[in-house]
Amino acid sequence: MREFAYERPDSVASAAAAFAAGDRGEGGAAFIAGGHTLLPAMKSRLRQPDTLVDLAGVPGLTGVTRDGHTLWIGALTTHAVVAADPVVAAAIPGLAGMAILIGDPQVRNRGTIGGVLANNDPSADYPAALLALGGTVETDLGSYAADDFFLGMFATALGDGEIVTRVGFTVPRRSAYAKFRHPASRYAVVGVYVADTPTGVRVAVTGAGPGVVRWPEAEAALTASFTPAAAKGLVLGGDLNTDIHASAEYRAHLAGVMLARAVETAV
Amino acid sequence: MATTLTINGTTAVHDVSPATLLVDLLRDGLGLTGTHIGCDTSQCGACNVLIDGVAVKACTVLAVALDGAHVTTIEGVARGAELHPMQAAFREHHGLQCGFCTPGMVIAGLEIVRRHGSAVDESTIAHELEGNLCRCTGYRNIVTAIAAGARTMSGAGGETVDA
Repeated sequence: MREFAYERPDSVASAAAAFAAGDRGEGGAAFIAGGHTLLPAMKSRLRQPDTLVDLAGVPGLTGVTRDGHTLWIGALTTHAVVAADPVVAAAIPGLAGMAILIGDPQVRNRGTIGGVLANNDPSADYPAALLALGGTVETDLGSYAADDFFLGMFATALGDGEIVTRVGFTVPRRSAYAKFRHPASRYAVVGVYVADTPTGVRVAVTGAGPGVVRWPEAEAALTASFTPAAAKGLVLGGDLNTDIHASAEYRAHLAGVMLARAVETAV
Repeated sequence: MATTLTINGTTAVHDVSPATLLVDLLRDGLGLTGTHIGCDTSQCGACNVLIDGVAVKACTVLAVALDGAHVTTIEGVARGAELHPMQAAFREHHGLQCGFCTPGMVIAGLEIVRRHGSAVDESTIAHELEGNLCRCTGYRNIVTAIAAGARTMSGAGGETVDA
């Protein structure tokens, strides 16, 4: 790993300032939360920041609270906490069920919700949950609806140096996530999050294509009948990934299988 | 950067560069070579250590980020010459073949007991080992060993590891 300057600010404002100061160099600056995507990327020199701004020392960015119909999760809350927190389990059991499928126990002890969403890996799990649940990403500068947040592979609406502070999920009537995991990386070959929300059925797919997407055909089928039978036979369209693990055709079919499994869990 | 760490009960200030991974400080800086590097891609769990009592992959954490933390490596699990019950169970139940993954497996076993208690069942143990690879594929005895170690820890009054 290439050397870099390390900053550990103690407030959101000083973190933003440290990023701005460090971002002037050629390699730029990067925020680090749990580091379980960023550090592997830095080891392989896919990312070579000059300055790393560690958010771990910023107070107030962890924890789970429920405010009426919204579940708020602090940006630095780990997957292990989301998977085990009784407030999450009571409000959105599907979200807890998704968090327990991320990585492995050691990874879940470090990885954070804010880090995953800001990185927007096309095979990450949280983007599907946020998009299906119609969530909100709050930052130091404003907030984004899930439908406006994800802009394709590793791209989000976040500006340079913008800091995710917390993430809000509207409590659905029912929801669930089903994922076919790559056995080594444990990222989703295909993952499908299904949510029956007050504003309608929403379905989001991760892992299949260049970024998380909603699946309108599945939403229409489940709006007509929220049953595994209604999901049967649906095949995901669009420009899907082909790699050494699975062909596009395989992923298109797998999405339908994961959809049915998610609905089965949700009902 | 000056970084204060309590490693296996000894507190010291270490001068580490920001890019130093915890596993490199442990192995190359301090000679604690019981923490192994298997994959270096956060997958195999051979580098598991406890940070403030919680299992973490030491290949995917910066040493400077742990200022003030307590780190327990496999060298700090035993009490002097007396094996920790989890280690004793690995020996008793032949929970190792080549031994490369074993330090990480023992730490994973302690993490499983921390989160699931000493009555944890074998199916849960097998599932919870998803982040630890054994290339000898000796999982059957590893699961048996962790279950037995968990029971013994309970018998010893919930023995934990001093961080």
